[in-house]
Amino acid sequence: MTASTAKPQRWVGNRLPRREDPRMLRGAGRFVDDIADPHAYHATFVRSPIAAGRIASIDASEALAMPGVHAVLTAADLGYPQLTAALERAEFVATQMPLLAYDRVRYASEPVAIVVAESRYLAEDAAEAVLCEFDETQAVLSIRDVTDGGRALHDEAPDGVLVDLQMFSDDLLGEALDRAPVVLEETISSGRVMAAPMEARACHAQPDARDDQLVLHVSTQVPHQVRSGVAQALGLPERRVRVIAPDVGGGFGLKCVVGREEVVVAAVAEQLGHSVRWSEDRQENLTAAFHGREQEYLVRAGFDSDGTLIGVDADIRCNIGAYSVYPFSCGVEPLMAATELPGVYKVGRYAARARGVATNKPPTAPYRGVSRPQIVLVMERLMDKAAKQLDIDRVEIRRRNTIHADEFPYTGPNGITYEPGSYVESLDRLVDEIGKAGWWERRAATADGVLRGIGIANFSERTAYGTPTMGMRKMQMTPGFEVSHVRMDPTGEVTVTSGTCGHGQGHETTFAQIVADRLGISPDRVKLRQGDTDLVSFGWGTFGSRSLVIGGGSAAVAARRLADKIRKVAGELLEADPADIDLVDGHAEVRGAPDAHVSIEQIAATVHFRAHELREHDEQLLEARGAADPPGMFSNAAHAALVEVDPGTGDARVVDYIVVEDCGVVINPTIVDGQVRGGVAQGIASALYEELVYSPEGQPLAGTFMDYLVPTASEIPPIAVHHLETPCDQTETGAKGMGEGGTIGAPATVVSALNDALRAYGADIDHVPVRPADLLTLFKEHRLHTPREAS
Amino acid sequence: MIDRHLVTLTVNGREHELLLESRKTLADTLREDLGLTGTHLGCEHGICGACTVLLDGEPVRACLVFGVQADGAEVRTVESLAEEGGELNDLQQSFSRNHGLQCGFCTPGFLMLAEAYLDTDPVGDAEEVREVVSANLCRCTGYQGIVDAVVEVAAARKEQRQA
Ligand code: FES
Ligand code: FES
Repeated sequence: MTASTAKPQRWVGNRLPRREDPRMLRGAGRFVDDIADPHAYHATFVRSPIAAGRIASIDASEALAMPGVHAVLTAADLGYPQLTAALERAEFVATQMPLLAYDRVRYASEPVAIVVAESRYLAEDAAEAVLCEFDETQAVLSIRDVTDGGRALHDEAPDGVLVDLQMFSDDLLGEALDRAPVVLEETISSGRVMAAPMEARACHAQPDARDDQLVLHVSTQVPHQVRSGVAQALGLPERRVRVIAPDVGGGFGLKCVVGREEVVVAAVAEQLGHSVRWSEDRQENLTAAFHGREQEYLVRAGFDSDGTLIGVDADIRCNIGAYSVYPFSCGVEPLMAATELPGVYKVGRYAARARGVATNKPPTAPYRGVSRPQIVLVMERLMDKAAKQLDIDRVEIRRRNTIHADEFPYTGPNGITYEPGSYVESLDRLVDEIGKAGWWERRAATADGVLRGIGIANFSERTAYGTPTMGMRKMQMTPGFEVSHVRMDPTGEVTVTSGTCGHGQGHETTFAQIVADRLGISPDRVKLRQGDTDLVSFGWGTFGSRSLVIGGGSAAVAARRLADKIRKVAGELLEADPADIDLVDGHAEVRGAPDAHVSIEQIAATVHFRAHELREHDEQLLEARGAADPPGMFSNAAHAALVEVDPGTGDARVVDYIVVEDCGVVINPTIVDGQVRGGVAQGIASALYEELVYSPEGQPLAGTFMDYLVPTASEIPPIAVHHLETPCDQTETGAKGMGEGGTIGAPATVVSALNDALRAYGADIDHVPVRPADLLTLFKEHRLHTPREAS
Repeated sequence: MIDRHLVTLTVNGREHELLLESRKTLADTLREDLGLTGTHLGCEHGICGACTVLLDGEPVRACLVFGVQADGAEVRTVESLAEEGGELNDLQQSFSRNHGLQCGFCTPGFLMLAEAYLDTDPVGDAEEVREVVSANLCRCTGYQGIVDAVVEVAAARKEQRQA
């Protein structure tokens, strides 16, 4: 740790109430749709009613004749703008995503035209009057459709595969598996789901003649990336585009990529020279925004007779939908899965092939966890299956294969070096907490006929991917660093800027805690400003559990530098050596002589208004810049779920949940607890409730919250969170990221618990979501195959 | 061609006369005509509850009610809970204390749902509160903070009533 964090931290570690709360609680948050602009035009999109085919004609004449309609524009009217995301790898096929489809349509709900009218009501009326004709073709929907030789979506990729990576290979793996005492050959899969933030996407675009800018308010996690996307698609210099993310009503990855609709709205505002706004409705969100997680893993794994893993060979297939998403590309899920599959385990030998296949469904984006919910499901299923075959305790087999404390830093066959974590300790603590909570007694209760089971999972979460790690993905645009500025004004109040863009994670609070500690002031005097490309020259935004580590880390560096400057001024005012000055409780004092002190206000006022009195302070103002670009580090956690299954209805419920997590130094435990709980809720959702189902023709069957079952408070149990702290020595604050862990661990934990609850039925469930119908089938098959006891 | 109606709405104690198109929802009326943007729209089909307001004291989905249907009625929105510029009310404070919000988008709906529930002098235990708040959706919190916040206020208000 650096010298400055070795000092007692007053605010870091505190359960400080969130600075964001009061405005939200008053209904005074400012979301994109809340921005007052009474004269803005309202946009809506004409979308494809079919999943695959050619556009024969688009006739907007009737719509254009309707009162209040200003324009109906197609790709041709906008000059065929497009976005291309690319990986610089031979195994990757770059494809274009047109902003509006013009020749072919590749999924139902794909936008083909935009209607601009006086009100949203009128725009929607007019959209219905736009007559489109299509020549429909057979849709390609599943991974098997592609791998079995289905029709290609893009001419550039005739086999339908957009990325095919042999990430790791080991000539001795096959033989080692052949000789293993226990060999498992499994197919483990997960259904298509989506982030479904409560605020769907939204964009308000306004030309500003004075600053010669197009000002976009966008509900996004990544303002600078939206700026780049808009500038590239429209051929504008970046300075001409200003992107502001006001309050954002959840993102979870859906808003960490650039949506074509946002860029189209920008293009139309630029073309019409008038402000235009668009708010996605929920049906569009479910059927046309980004999806995720539709994956299939064919794995072969060998275990020794004592339960030690000998090797894993994985064939990973990701259904990435119709287009490669900008700027991350469709490589994001396959790359993540292949690189990080081993997780907290020593897998022995390892090989992985990972593919992304194109289908006639909406494109996928990095939804919270990105492939890790699936890889944890795979590894934990392997552990449970091997434990069963070898008759070893489920915890014990995990303990045997987990990287132990004395093995750090550990480098796995996947080429990753793991810095210290508490992998075995968290598992042990979890077992302890399960016992204390009386779960084993609850599991044994059978009098009411309810089936009960306990599931566990042990896993890591790589966070804060900086440029070095992201660079290995070979993206054309490689994210990673952040810069931050910390400025003190003449009244001693502090403004921090960051390119990260919080939207529920409480950055205004945690950044203030970090900065306040370094400046010796109250966090009430520190204001974070974020989400505006004109405030920060560049930054990558909020995703991949990076913000507090990279954004907060850069703010910490900047604050430390500013503290040095303040000490220098104080030293001159107090006639002392700056090295002997401490910043505490809003003033600078001479160490050992607390009577010799000067207030922060006085220092700030002197620097700004009476600079002529200072000789030592050889620059103007009180401001500093910091940067951070860490290599990426691993948080870890162990989860346990207690589930109940009704054998009559197949209804499965998670009734209790325990998390033991370690994200290094905790800046604000309340916020960490909240992130964990919210994450677990999303993990339970994709284990038991949510799925974006499609008809054989490619029609979306989940277009409302009546079909896409986001769980309520009745389905999500109380979640106990316990913290372990292994400080990270690679970050300024000692913190590791943690935004995704809850979502990563929960599906595996719930599936483990279901298989345990249904142990008497020989359950071997290897997919999510698990719906009541699946369980009823299981019960029925069990009845058919179990001979009746003679009466 | 567009049919408009003159409607009288009392919103947060203030009376308004509005000329409304018959198909305009109450939610859009509050947001667009009255500038009360605290009422949020998360689905516009009656499931998420982000748009929950009190119509003559009862919680309703403002996306499912037309503005004209509220003619002559009293509407309360999230903006009424704290005095303008004044302190947050007990429920709002409890939400903050218990971390019952993250992105804050669902929050106004949950607050209004809970206000209506708390007005019924309920039992207010965790089980009942969970049942009540399961009328609305939150994607961020996992609900625990919301449940804890409402339980706490239910107990405190009960004590006040008995005192
Ligand atoms: S917006 Fe009214 S219930 Fe969702
Ligand atoms: S706080 Fe974000 S949806 Fe509830």
